[in-house]
Formats: sequence, structure tokens, C-alpha cells
Amino acid sequence: MKLQKASRYALYAVLHLASAPDKQHSTAEIAEEYGISIHHLAKVMRTLVRSGLIESVRGVGGGYHFAGNVRRTTLWDVIHEFESLESDIDSPDELSGNAQIVISGLDSVNSEIDGLIRSTLDSITLKTLLRYGVENLDRA
Amino acid sequence: MSGIKIDTAKMKNKKIAIDIRQVSKADNAAIVALDAEITGANKSAYWTDILDRFAGPGRRTERYFLVATSADDELLGFIVGEIRAWEFGSPPCGWVLALNVSPGHRERGIGESLLDALCTEFRNADITTLRTMVLGNDKVNLSFFRGEGLAAGPYIELEKHLD
Repeated sequence: MKLQKASRYALYAVLHLASAPDKQHSTAEIAEEYGISIHHLAKVMRTLVRSGLIESVRGVGGGYHFAGNVRRTTLWDVIHEFESLESDIDSPDELSGNAQIVISGLDSVNSEIDGLIRSTLDSITLKTLLRYGVENLDRA
Repeated sequence: MSGIKIDTAKMKNKKIAIDIRQVSKADNAAIVALDAEITGANKSAYWTDILDRFAGPGRRTERYFLVATSADDELLGFIVGEIRAWEFGSPPCGWVLALNVSPGHRERGIGESLLDALCTEFRNADITTLRTMVLGNDKVNLSFFRGEGLAAGPYIELEKHLD
């Protein structure tokens, strides 16, 4: 599966906020830290606020802070607003008999794969994700 | 990447003193009650049978049933494990068959302590692989086991509905 750019930005932002939960962080600060588009990140931040994972604080010194629990919040919790897990088969609507059987079989396979992907994404907490990253870099 | 660090210590509830010991028949009622609280089903006969097989006088040595209790001997959690060998070519490995922690005492390190104790038993028996099977939508248990270092292994669970 190929993750959307918005999912990657959402993970950067949520992990950045979760790493210093007592502070407010601005979109500009996060965009600069990760070298990403501030405009694209601003859209992502609005979606994350709607989903309840982060909260915005207005006024001087305002910004965003993490509103979840890093021991419970999973990868799926962060990216599900930006991803569709329904695998698609590029086929015409009208199918002949044998083609219909093949596509119907592939639908079953895709459904199984989508379920496994969803279970995996929803079982990896933010803390576990960071551990995987550090371990991979250490091995490299 | 190394710049992102999440400190969960402040988020943990205060750890409480626990004792981990082998289960006894006297724990049966508390085990049934804790399981019923978590699953919503009373499985008294099932747990009585498990206690007989895992803690009874004739129990096989490769079966483990450990409980975590408070200072006043209140049951806070339990873990059941077994060493199994050569199913579909698998060398002996340690299975976690059940792990329950009282909902009111979670995030206090009880599950980790129980799992550590079971892993110690497995290591003492020269076991080097830990394995378990969890429902795909059981987020609490799946994320717990992943947090303890377990990941998808080489086996895939398959099943079929029998009419």
C-alpha cells in the first residue's frame, strides 16, 4: 500500500506534538522542522482537530497540542482520515461470464488483504512506531 | 528521527506493588469473575478445566498459569502459557494462551510483569520464540503485544465456517 502524503504529514505533526505534550506548537514550526509545505500541513492539521487527536489553542502563543494517549493512539487513528483501504480493481462495469468470475475472486482476495492491513495499522501505537523506526535505523 | 522522543512515564498510572505466583485452585472464582468482567461471558466450566490441566497435580511441566495479586491477595490479572512443539513444522515455542488484567488496574505494568514472568519460564526451558493469536479487531491486546515486541510471524491463521 502506498501512503498518502497527507498521512505522512499527519504522523509528523502528531508525533511532534506528542513528544512535547505540555507545549503549543504552530503549523509553521512543524512545517519548518520537517521541510514540508505549510499550506498542505495546515489542511492536515484541521482534519486532525476534527478527529479529536489534536486541539488548537487560539491567541498569543497559541498553536496545537496533542490530545490523545500515545500508549493507545494507533497508526490507523492518525491516518484513517486520509486513506482508503478499499483496494480497487481496474475493470469495466460490464463483464463477460469468465471475466466476472475472475474479478469476483479478486474482490475476495482484496477484502482479505484490506482486513489484514487494517488490523496491522490499528495495532501499532505511536510509541511502537517510533521503536520500529529507531530499531531499523540502529540495524542500518 | 532520533529527535522525536515520547516520554510515556508521565502518562502511566502509578505502579502498584504486585506479587506474581503460580495459580492455585483457590483462585478459580476470582479468575472466572475477572474473565466474565472482561468478556461478558461466564465460563466457569472452561476455567475449572484449564486450572485442572495447568495447575492440577498431574500437570505437564510445560504448562504455566501465573496470577498477579495485590498486597491483600486481590487477583489483578493472570496469564496462561504453554510450550508447544512441531505443529506444522514449528520448533518448540512458547504460546501465550490467555492474558487478562483487571480493567481498573490497567496501564500499571501488570500485563508486562505477567508476560515477563512467563517469558522467564520459557527461557528457563530453552525456548527462544514467543507466540500468540489475537482477534484482528482486538486493539487493546494487539497493541499491547506489539508494544512488548511481538510482530506478525511466519504463520497465518486460516479458518472456515462449518455448516
